Amino acid sequence: MSFNAFLFQALNGLSAASGLFFVAAGLSLIFGVTRIVNIAHGSLYMIGTYIAYSIATKVGGAFGFWGGIVITALLVGLIGAAIEIVLLRRIYRAPELFQLLATFALVLVINDATLWIWGPEDLLGPRAPGLTGSIEVLGRRLPTYDIFLIFVGPFVLWMLHLALAKTRFGRLMRAATQDREMVGALGVNQAMLFTGVFALGALLAGLGGALQIAREPATLATDLIVIGDAFVVVVVGGMGSISGAYLAAVIIAEVKALCIGLGIVNFGGFTVNFSKLTLVAEFLVMAAVLIARPYGLLGREQVAVRSVAEPEEPLRPSTPATKIAGLILLVVLVCLPLIAKNSPYTLVLGIDVLIAVLFATSLHFIMGPGGMHSFGHAAYFGLGAYGAALLVKWFAAPMGLALAAAPMLALVGALLFGWFAVRLSGVYLAMLTLAFAQIVWAAVFQWETLTGGSNGVLGVWPSAPFDTRTPFYFLTLALAAFGVLLLRKFLFAPFGYAMRAGRDSPLRAEAIGLDVKRVHWLAFAIAGAVCGIAGGLFAFAKGSISPETIGVSRSIDGLVMVLLGGIQTLTGPIVGASVYAVLQDYMMRSTEYWRALLGGIILLLVLAFPSGIVGGFVKLISRRKTTSKAAS
Amino acid sequence: MMTARSLHSLAIAGAFAGALTLSFGHAARAQDTIKIGELNSYKTQTAFLDPYKKGWELAIEQINAKGGVLGKKLEVISRDDGSTPGDAVRVADELVTREGVNIIAGTFLSHIGLAVTEFAGKKKVFFLAAEPLTDKITWQNGNKYTFRLRATTYMQVAMLMPAAVAAKKKRWALVYPNFEYGQAAVATFKEMLKAQQPDVEFVTEQAPPLGKVDAGAVVQAIDDAKPDAIFNVLFGADFSKLVREGTTRGVFKDRTVVSLLSGEPEYLDPVKEEAPVGWIVTGYPWDKIKTPEYLAFLTAYQKKYNDYPRLGSIVGYVTMTSLAAGIAKAGSTDTDKLIAAFEGLKLDSPFGPFMYRASDHQATMGAYVGKISLEGGKGTMADFKYVDGATVLPSDAEVKKLRPATE
Repeated sequence: MSFNAFLFQALNGLSAASGLFFVAAGLSLIFGVTRIVNIAHGSLYMIGTYIAYSIATKVGGAFGFWGGIVITALLVGLIGAAIEIVLLRRIYRAPELFQLLATFALVLVINDATLWIWGPEDLLGPRAPGLTGSIEVLGRRLPTYDIFLIFVGPFVLWMLHLALAKTRFGRLMRAATQDREMVGALGVNQAMLFTGVFALGALLAGLGGALQIAREPATLATDLIVIGDAFVVVVVGGMGSISGAYLAAVIIAEVKALCIGLGIVNFGGFTVNFSKLTLVAEFLVMAAVLIARPYGLLGREQVAVRSVAEPEEPLRPSTPATKIAGLILLVVLVCLPLIAKNSPYTLVLGIDVLIAVLFATSLHFIMGPGGMHSFGHAAYFGLGAYGAALLVKWFAAPMGLALAAAPMLALVGALLFGWFAVRLSGVYLAMLTLAFAQIVWAAVFQWETLTGGSNGVLGVWPSAPFDTRTPFYFLTLALAAFGVLLLRKFLFAPFGYAMRAGRDSPLRAEAIGLDVKRVHWLAFAIAGAVCGIAGGLFAFAKGSISPETIGVSRSIDGLVMVLLGGIQTLTGPIVGASVYAVLQDYMMRSTEYWRALLGGIILLLVLAFPSGIVGGFVKLISRRKTTSKAAS
Repeated sequence: MMTARSLHSLAIAGAFAGALTLSFGHAARAQDTIKIGELNSYKTQTAFLDPYKKGWELAIEQINAKGGVLGKKLEVISRDDGSTPGDAVRVADELVTREGVNIIAGTFLSHIGLAVTEFAGKKKVFFLAAEPLTDKITWQNGNKYTFRLRATTYMQVAMLMPAAVAAKKKRWALVYPNFEYGQAAVATFKEMLKAQQPDVEFVTEQAPPLGKVDAGAVVQAIDDAKPDAIFNVLFGADFSKLVREGTTRGVFKDRTVVSLLSGEPEYLDPVKEEAPVGWIVTGYPWDKIKTPEYLAFLTAYQKKYNDYPRLGSIVGYVTMTSLAAGIAKAGSTDTDKLIAAFEGLKLDSPFGPFMYRASDHQATMGAYVGKISLEGGKGTMADFKYVDGATVLPSDAEVKKLRPATE
């Protein structure tokens, strides 16, 4: 690569950075003030591309395009405000992270709504009127629209900076980022402030989407692609820092452009295709940044938020009633093959549900009692699944050995990644786990000769006597029950108490001699190993495993299951996983727009049970107890 | 009195009871129809699969209007496969165990197609893979129970090879999506071209992640490598981005471009008047084919949907007509008889007659090869011809070596 080519690729990187910056800035603002991890931010961006396309093609001309961009940004801002007022405002008092569940449901609903309104085809917008051509730079042709983008990013950054520094609204936003309770106590209308911030964030996402229509088509896959990139940018830059977001966007875009520019490079004998690295480049950057600077490039240590949620009840060992209920459930599950004799599909679904339960419970172990919100739990599921599958593929290992290896490999992975992750906290920890999960995913995806690449490993079937449905169901049930009970055992052992002490008050826990980091690290490893069992079972249940099965969406599914059931209860993940898996299976069969319906139901559940299904139940019972006591 | 609270708990109890009954209680229906299970990634591959569904619905309507097959009507039970292999296997299992089908068809993405292929082999269920292109479904991972309709990656590349060789270019740049389809297409392309033109040089390889091409940087890197010709495997949104950026930056000027699938309306139509004229592509010029069997299909399709067919429509249509023909030939829906009937099954399609080879279970339905041209502000294909799949497939003896020995 010549020096000019290098410089020119840097320019390409700058124009790509502007697009990343808009959506990341909005996400960062929203998180900073409201502490909401807005998974639907990519969906707002996607709506932006579609609305701008419609205006640009229906109205046409320069006004349709340029005016359309402004109108789109405002419209998406309004949609954002509506989302905040109608939905999110009702659940601010829910436990931390619960709002994520609501925004996840929005992703499903918005995607199906977009499909319904705009149809399935990709929609490529017109070129920007006035900026259709290119000019010669460094002996190469650079599109004039790219030059426009290179400048518009820093311009918006500057505007935001002014707004935050000079206006009253901006000052309130900064104050709320620092200490939102104090802002409320000083008489600021918090509801207005939150709505305003959410609208502003949505507006930026809409603007980012609208600006892209001259470069890329509006497609239904945009939402998830964008949200992944945006999270990375926000975290690398430092949550809540707008300049950091721009800096991070530039770094990531430049690294990618550089990888593409390098192309194939020979290192004395062996060749590396750097363009393939773009698959994971941003996550490598994120992992490196978070390890070196735990709060991102320009971020500051997160101020402890005084939780607005009701304080969590301490965990108590199960009452005799709960024990009996659990026993009855186990007996029913053992008898399921008999009960469902006439509908063998029940067992097929049952196996999937049990695997989901094990997956969700292991995630809950570190999320709930551990207080470590892992966004990358799929990594350990994947390590388990691939550990088992690769042993079968390469060494024709018997199933028993392969299943035993699954938690081992997951354990090793969790020990390695956990060591780094427990050094962080809150959303930074979450994002570092996500980065590790993506690195595992990319390694599996790219290492074609070992893992079969994107097609995965095929032919991983259970051996006799588990090669028919009922015995395999029993095996799954036994391992799932073992895993769940094991995790429970840990929670009520001194280890579990130490873990919770470390979560609730790290300083005091240290003071009484607990090594909090070490306890959390071990907890992370235990959860990973148990999750590996689920992965191993999954590979054998399906007969194959491929990278898609262990991607981000599985991690998100895990979060959804835990939150749906109720993060503050021990039975929560079990109920959440069962309800989610059964619902999804049923919805997929019953309607074409199943995602919208699934999203709608989750929204209803979110509004009805702001502390999860089991959480809602528990509250109900305890309230009834207090009222009956008061009456007597 | 009913309090709000007891309403709450009632609702919960109801939800659980509902969840339980959902999975039970499925009475067997009378077998007055032949049931076919169909599964596909309807939610994520909408641009292709929406027309695909219309295609097979038309086929079923036509078949049943003529009285069905073996005196019974065909009934398709269609499912979303969740777009992941794990869900797809469960859905396939549901179709078999709950709906009682013994014939399944569909799938789009290669890894999902392969997972279902594996399932079909294990559970001894007949499977007609409609769209997935990976060679492995019929070769390395092929099995007795699986057939495939669509012309494979290997076939698509082989169809373009004569034009690539005739271009007589020495320096080639390759750009492909970074997953098995792209990797396999490029590997086949390199191998074939090298065999026919030993002095060929591959000056750069760009492998952006699927759906996430950084088009500006990628076309620039291609331009900087100074190739004489470009082989492109990108499709969908990646293709649109590549075309727009490459045109603005003048990267395609005076260069031969050979491109897989780009002549299919699914991918060509979104770029509208910016269709890259002169690219040599495989595809489907829907408004220019004039054979009577095609026109009959076209008229029926346009009449029913008031829209033009895409390639997906053809694939969907022929999937179901294939199954009908196979069942008719077998005289039964018995799995082994159906497999025997499909081996060497000859039938007509809108693209003309083709057959399912006995050796590797691959259909010989071909594709159109031509150059992209611009007519009335829309991309289409010119100088095209139909390439019969049978002419580009390796011989029976060769594929026997590729397929697993245990059959």
